[in-house]
Amino acid sequence: MSLRVNGLKVHYRTLRGDVQALDGVTFSLGDGEIMGLVGESGCGKSTLGKSLIRLDHRMHHIAGSIELNGRDVPIGDDAAMVPLRYHEISLIPQYAMSALNPTRRIGRMIDELLRSRGVRPADRADELRRRLELVGLGTDVLRRFPIELSGGMKQRVVMVVSTLLDPSLLIADEVTSALDVSTQRSVAESLVEFRDRGHVGSMVFVTHDVALVHQFADTIMVMYAGHVAEKGPAADVVSDPRHPYTQMLLSALPEAGEDTGERLRGIPGTPPGLLDPPTGCRFRDRCPMAFDKCAERPPLVETAPGHWSACWKTEGH
Amino acid sequence: MWRYMGRKLLVYALTFAVAVTINWMIPRFMPGDPVRSMLNRGSISDPGALERMTAYYEEVFGLDAPLHEQYLNFWSGLLRGDLGISVMLYPEPVVDVILRAVPYTLALLIPAIVLSWIVGNRFGAFAARSKVLDNSILPIGYVLTATPYMWLALLMAWSLGIVAGIFPTAGGHSYALTPGMNAEFLASLVTHWFLPFLSMFVVALGGWAIGMRNMIIYELEADYATYLRTLGAPRKLVRRYAYRNALLPQITGLAVQLGTIITGALLTEIVFNYPGLGTLVLDSLNNRDFFLLQGVFLFVVIGVLVANFVIDLVYVFIDPRTRVQMTGASS
Repeated sequence: MSLRVNGLKVHYRTLRGDVQALDGVTFSLGDGEIMGLVGESGCGKSTLGKSLIRLDHRMHHIAGSIELNGRDVPIGDDAAMVPLRYHEISLIPQYAMSALNPTRRIGRMIDELLRSRGVRPADRADELRRRLELVGLGTDVLRRFPIELSGGMKQRVVMVVSTLLDPSLLIADEVTSALDVSTQRSVAESLVEFRDRGHVGSMVFVTHDVALVHQFADTIMVMYAGHVAEKGPAADVVSDPRHPYTQMLLSALPEAGEDTGERLRGIPGTPPGLLDPPTGCRFRDRCPMAFDKCAERPPLVETAPGHWSACWKTEGH
Repeated sequence: MWRYMGRKLLVYALTFAVAVTINWMIPRFMPGDPVRSMLNRGSISDPGALERMTAYYEEVFGLDAPLHEQYLNFWSGLLRGDLGISVMLYPEPVVDVILRAVPYTLALLIPAIVLSWIVGNRFGAFAARSKVLDNSILPIGYVLTATPYMWLALLMAWSLGIVAGIFPTAGGHSYALTPGMNAEFLASLVTHWFLPFLSMFVVALGGWAIGMRNMIIYELEADYATYLRTLGAPRKLVRRYAYRNALLPQITGLAVQLGTIITGALLTEIVFNYPGLGTLVLDSLNNRDFFLLQGVFLFVVIGVLVANFVIDLVYVFIDPRTRVQMTGASS
């Protein structure tokens, strides 16, 4: 097991109280596993992605632990996290288009970043060139300024920069959201390629595009309102979803080329506010199958090998 | 690159032409006749003599020609470096009077602008570092920018000049000395220069510090800074990037401020009776010396345009985004 997250609670501190963005998240990730992390906006998936590498100043680690390759990841301690960042855990941010300093040539920025992390740029120069070619960029981008690249090119540069030190864990936060469909595919394929070549260990791929992620991810984890709803092998989660939320989420997706004449069904209602969330199962109010027991929080249990679900209605409870 | 420069130069040339035209128009369409007011000082009672003298002076100043000819004469004189003859200091040419004052103004302005900009930026970046500094240094900046300039200058002249007696409070040099390249005269120049310089420096400092502090806080929250921090880059690197990027708007601010700084110099020179362009403006206004006034304004216009052009050039070298616009590449 490379990554183990246990009961992780991260809250956003606001003037009106704590927003419980992550409320007891437990999962694990195997070596080389690519996990798609899906859910609606505000369900905590980006918060989880960020929590694994760097909490911003509004985020507070309340409880829970993270373990990477048997070592504790001290996410509450910013200074202690520094040695792990980039070397062990890395991030491709949601804002990849603006992640590069606009007034530095890309090559120089990379050199300065590497040097500041105690790596001799010359040691990684060949690897950098090879990886740029792998994602379809020439080495001339190193002499360019970010403004001279297209959005897709910047995205790929950031992908190469983030993975240059071969991290054991890579968090890809909504990396495909701003791209067109064909570019989305090539970005996803490059990430799988990076994993296959051992440039990155395991990967958390945060997205809301279930259709895209199930094509290349090994597993899918569905989050709802700061809780894990379901985690399992990608094919199983899509073909045989156990949690009512996953089922409804999937039925809300259109399928290309098929016209069954049926209207797509959305999920009625909205997710609960996380400032003062309801007790028990957080999907309760929108769930057609809810019953009395749902006032109590359902534990995440393994319903089939590697397939976990947190619902009182799934078998195994 | 050259197309960009050509376009910029064209805009500057147009601005210059418009400014010169307005500059020429103002004294001519303003109430008050310069020749009459000059002759009034002589209290000539004979109307015949007055008429002859008026005709003579109008010819000397070129006021007898029709307006459009005056305009063309003005341009041709301008291109030959001839701005006419001063009324106040008749018969000295305007150019000579101005050239005598320009070194004083430049010696005052350039160090005050450049040093306050550099120190203010450092100061602001430094203040953005911590809450404590932010809460102690910044209010000083606010007080400095909010202080009426004349009041601050008078306060300095009074405290450092009159009470402490360290610096002289008026003039460009001691009148007891003959100008020359000797140590005594140079020392006198420096001591006379110090107070006007200090007052301009202090007032401008606060504004730059506040601007820089706000810009750098914005840059430190920018995505590229967050990305670097996420990858564990040390504060030093993030700050260096943020500082450099925060400087760009400050440079634009400098270009915008240059015009107002010259009016600032006017006040300084008047308060300290410093023999630069500002004092010249006041004197020529008091004496209805429109030709001199016109010449001084022309110098100010040229100064502002040149300064802006230099900043345009500087921008090309420090901001890659300007370079991309220049070559017309799509971003």
